[in-house]
Amino acid sequence: MQHLLHKYKLDALFLPLAAILVTCLFWYLVAGKSVITEKVDDFGDKIKVTKREGLSADLPTPVETWTASKLYITEPFAKRGELDQGILRFTWESLVLVAQGYAIALIIGTPIGFFLGLSKKFTMAFDPLIQVLRPVSPLAWLPLGMILFSGVKIVNGDGRTTFGASDAAALFTIAVCAMWPTVMNTAVGVRAVPVDYLNVAKVLKLSKWKTLWKVLVPATLPYMFTGFRLSLGIAWLVIVAVEMLTGRPGVGGFLWQQYNANSYAHIILCILTIGVIGYILDRLMSVIEGRFKTA
Amino acid sequence: MPLIEIKNASKGYGYNGNRSEVLKDINLSLEEGEFVVIVGYSGSGKSTLINLISGLVKPDSGEATIEGKKITEPGPDRGLVFQNYSLLPWLNVTENIALAVDEVFKDWTKEQRKEHVKKYIDMVKLTPAAHKLPKELSGGMRQRVSVARTLAMMPKVLLLDEPLSALDALTRATIQDEISEIWRENLTTVLWITNDPDEALLLADRVIPLLPTSPAATLGEPILVDLERPRDRKTLNHDPKFKKLRAQLINTLLDAKGKSKSKTSVKLSLPDILPEDLTTVNSLEFLNRRGPKRRSDNKREEVEVAV
Repeated sequence: MQHLLHKYKLDALFLPLAAILVTCLFWYLVAGKSVITEKVDDFGDKIKVTKREGLSADLPTPVETWTASKLYITEPFAKRGELDQGILRFTWESLVLVAQGYAIALIIGTPIGFFLGLSKKFTMAFDPLIQVLRPVSPLAWLPLGMILFSGVKIVNGDGRTTFGASDAAALFTIAVCAMWPTVMNTAVGVRAVPVDYLNVAKVLKLSKWKTLWKVLVPATLPYMFTGFRLSLGIAWLVIVAVEMLTGRPGVGGFLWQQYNANSYAHIILCILTIGVIGYILDRLMSVIEGRFKTA
Repeated sequence: MPLIEIKNASKGYGYNGNRSEVLKDINLSLEEGEFVVIVGYSGSGKSTLINLISGLVKPDSGEATIEGKKITEPGPDRGLVFQNYSLLPWLNVTENIALAVDEVFKDWTKEQRKEHVKKYIDMVKLTPAAHKLPKELSGGMRQRVSVARTLAMMPKVLLLDEPLSALDALTRATIQDEISEIWRENLTTVLWITNDPDEALLLADRVIPLLPTSPAATLGEPILVDLERPRDRKTLNHDPKFKKLRAQLINTLLDAKGKSKSKTSVKLSLPDILPEDLTTVNSLEFLNRRGPKRRSDNKREEVEVAV
């Protein structure tokens, strides 16, 4: 038995499975159960009364969660209404927004990181500002975005707004929050470029431009990609908050809407989806990170 | 007119109060085609001295000139071979050399440059490894790439800063012979810095000891090495002339050290620079490292020599 487990690395499969099972069991124990009692009402009719009992009466059990979520998972791309879509369709909407905000974060964050890494004066000037802005929550940035971009309105042919203030604010929030790991890691990376490499550039008399692209950027890439990976994680965290506040259709918006609709099973579906997608994104980035590893 | 000249140069680091003088009253001239080796103790300012010529360090007083022109910044006419190779780890052998060639010979055609790179890879016998990354090469091969990169720039003078101290003794001997051969074929001017007196006498036309006088090091009397070339290390060991020169050189170095400090023993650091560990090239550890690592940092290895 031990031998077989070892040979096929089955413990790597069974141990996580066991952990999941234990968690589900715990969940089941804590969750509320529907208890149906028959009662005679004031008119003498027999009626069925459903009551929920348990440690956390409103929390759906794993089985209830599955039954309620089945439709969303088996038809992941269905669109039954603006706020009633398959889970992957919602996820896709969120991913598109994250991709846009993340792209802005990288485009702005990387050069700032380079400036911070290259110039002591720039660091002295901007470091306090960055340290103050860095810990600000996305929930705080969003209203500011709304004000900043209150005039933004792009209307399509039939008079519908395709890109409004809330979209701009959402992008702004994602970009501002996701930018910092890229900024900090790039700066650290640039500062850590070995003097030897810069001396090589000096002795060869490489131009500034060539030094940047042939020496600095390749030497900093591993750091930059660590930053990119952390930034993506944050962008994905922020999207849920942003969607909740703006009511955009998306996985976070769906979560909030289902909470308001007392459809608690779907909240768990959303949480699991967000987690799984976050995990996949991180794995993807780590594969790309590995590809770009220099040396 | 000598090719390279250093006149009354002094250099120190730090500011008032916390200042340490490194070099004082350095006078040196290199004739074209000459092979000069400077021998000195570890930490006596050898690298600073060679960097006065490479242009990475500016003298506080005095000046360094090449062909009569003052040296103010690094340039491809002075090829510097670094102590720890300094190959760019993301470029393979060909690309590392091509980076130098493309920069220095901008007006050549692509084919000419390609041919040129090939020629120098061939010269250091690395053609089979032309597409390998530095981390796939041994220490000796890396240093050969580094030498090829520098030679490919066709510098007027080749500056080598303890080029072999990261290598084991056997590889070191091989590469000493190889560089010596390349020098005889190309007749470039060479300034070689080492802490190994044997290496110095084996290679040089002229050996200059860098004496650790107090407070700053200065150059001693040059020793002419009129041994016939090609020099064979096996027979050389028994050559009375070689033995005499060696005794003279070591005594000069030991005497200077003895004078500089009133100690009864001298600590000689062994040549012990470790090759860079390129397997950790992507880790924080690699990027945060400071300068070349020495074996003595790990083991605190020292040799006491009674005077």
